[in-house]
Amino acid sequence: MIEAIHLCKRFQDKKRGEVRAVDDVSFTCRPGEIYGLLGANGAGKTTTLRMLATILEPTDGTARLCGQDVVEHPEAARAQCGFLSTATALYPRLTAQEMVEYFGRLNGLDESTLKKRVDEIFARLDMNDFRDRRCDKLSTGMKQKTSIARTLVHDPPVMIFDEPTLGLDIMTARTIIEFIRECRQRGKTVIFSTHVMREVEKLCDVVGIIQNGKLLAEGTIEQLRERYGEQDLEEVFVKIVAPHFAAQEAR
Amino acid sequence: MSLRNVGIVYRKELREALRDRRTLITTILVPLLMLPVLTVGFIGVASMVVGKAKEQKAKVMVLGAANAPDAVAQLRQSKKIEVLPEAADWKSQIGEKTIGAAVEFPPDFQSNLGQRPAGTVKIYIYEGELKSGLTAGAVEESLKDYRDTVVVERLAANHLPKELAKPFDMKQENVASAQKVFGAVLGGMIAYLLIFMCLNGGMHPAIDLTAGEKERGTMETILSSPVSRTHLVLGKFLLVLTASLTTAGLLILSLSGWLLAIRLFHLTDGLSDAGQPPLQVVMGPLAVLSVFIMAIPLAVLFSAGLITIALFAKSHKEAQSYIAPLMFLVVIPSVAAMLPGVDLTPKLAIIPLLNVSLLCKELVTGVYHWNYIALIFLSTCLYAAGVLFLAVKMFQRESVLFRS
Repeated sequence: MIEAIHLCKRFQDKKRGEVRAVDDVSFTCRPGEIYGLLGANGAGKTTTLRMLATILEPTDGTARLCGQDVVEHPEAARAQCGFLSTATALYPRLTAQEMVEYFGRLNGLDESTLKKRVDEIFARLDMNDFRDRRCDKLSTGMKQKTSIARTLVHDPPVMIFDEPTLGLDIMTARTIIEFIRECRQRGKTVIFSTHVMREVEKLCDVVGIIQNGKLLAEGTIEQLRERYGEQDLEEVFVKIVAPHFAAQEAR
Repeated sequence: MSLRNVGIVYRKELREALRDRRTLITTILVPLLMLPVLTVGFIGVASMVVGKAKEQKAKVMVLGAANAPDAVAQLRQSKKIEVLPEAADWKSQIGEKTIGAAVEFPPDFQSNLGQRPAGTVKIYIYEGELKSGLTAGAVEESLKDYRDTVVVERLAANHLPKELAKPFDMKQENVASAQKVFGAVLGGMIAYLLIFMCLNGGMHPAIDLTAGEKERGTMETILSSPVSRTHLVLGKFLLVLTASLTTAGLLILSLSGWLLAIRLFHLTDGLSDAGQPPLQVVMGPLAVLSVFIMAIPLAVLFSAGLITIALFAKSHKEAQSYIAPLMFLVVIPSVAAMLPGVDLTPKLAIIPLLNVSLLCKELVTGVYHWNYIALIFLSTCLYAAGVLFLAVKMFQRESVLFRS
């Protein structure tokens, strides 16, 4: 369960003054559901997800991951979630196994549980061939699998994906999409951000559309299609975002 | 606050560091090889220069040689001087360094000698040029001997005792032990090397663990794990400290081993003049240990400082350009400590870096002022704690971690 409660993030920028990257965003994602955060570049997706993952601290408002408050107990909240983005790289001089073990230990797993978990995950993701290979020697696909294993090692109930398929080839992107689906099947709460409509259509149970740091619309894909009278999701998106986009350009 | 995670971070960083060739070179190879290479180079060049200077006679041109045949004969007898006949371009020859100096005897020098004022013997030199100065010295020495001979002859001719002209003699004699004489010079050098190595050893790991993480994109990965930022920065700091101390420790070990080798194999004997004590110093175990103990707070100070600065950078390159000026800043106090006459005072004892450098000078000469040692150790610890606190604070700042 993820609850975002009036999340705000403001930065001071020398040229533009105060920038509201995220402006009063509230939503809820339930277990066994995939929540898609849809928005253009710079809309505030990454900042929102980073606040959920407690990498950034909210200026105002808060969020709770399975009841753990991200402002009051950031370490406890972080233990509830697995965070994956194209920016979360691997340590080049560690092997795939060492990488996963490192994050298992940081998540407080004892050595016997850790060994069991690592063996199980490496078998499930078919990673035993490159277990002892250094991360800088892995192919993109192998790296993605290792990253997935890294997020899964402590079996978190909440999964946060920030544009997980950005810049990946089709086959590697499919692995990620499959993995997100699997998370839902296992009853995890999943939130992911993207600007690819096809991914949203394939995966999401609930969609939130974000622009200029504000959550402009929320609902199932069907509800959004009905509300805006368009079949094509892209058209729906443009209808919602365009007025705000023009306003932003004018500024 | 459990420190378990600090240990986990430290062990992982250590494992990565041991797999990094650049870290291994700067922390292990450089301190071990630097001294032998430096000293062998220094001794080689020094003995070459000294040997050459010894076998080569200084070239002196004599102007007006006919005015003073006896004086010229005296010059010719000197082992250090080669007398050349007069040439018209003597001035330019001095300027081009083909001759070291020229001596000019005034007219009727010899006939006037001892009877009336014989005038001034002029020695023409190239001011500020080392070889020319040495040549002039040799000429003066030889002519002074000649003057003394003339005086003694004149006294004898008048049946006066020769003590009339020279009632007493003077001689300098060294009573400080060789340990003290060379320790003062070496102590400053050791402090300089120690400070430089402490900084250099920690530099690459500090950059790799902060700006390097940002550059490779692993910063976001590690920040999404439940480890607290304080524990994370402490684990990283400990690794940088380990590298810095390893470098300092290896340097001190290599130094004391090298000094021992110099003594055992008489490597510097050719450098000192006969009759003087050979150029050698021994660092006892106590000196080695105390220099290393002084290096600990210094390494803490540098490690925390390096992390703070490198964390601010977005890339390895950017971090290096921030740290390069730091190198100069750090070198200044240690060079100042090498200047003669700069000694420990209570005020200087609280100036960071300078105090450790000055103390090293004392430690190597075998002097242990325990009050100063305590004061310097504690004040450096205090500075180190301050900078470490700053490093931890910097790690909490989003504007530093996610600077774009």
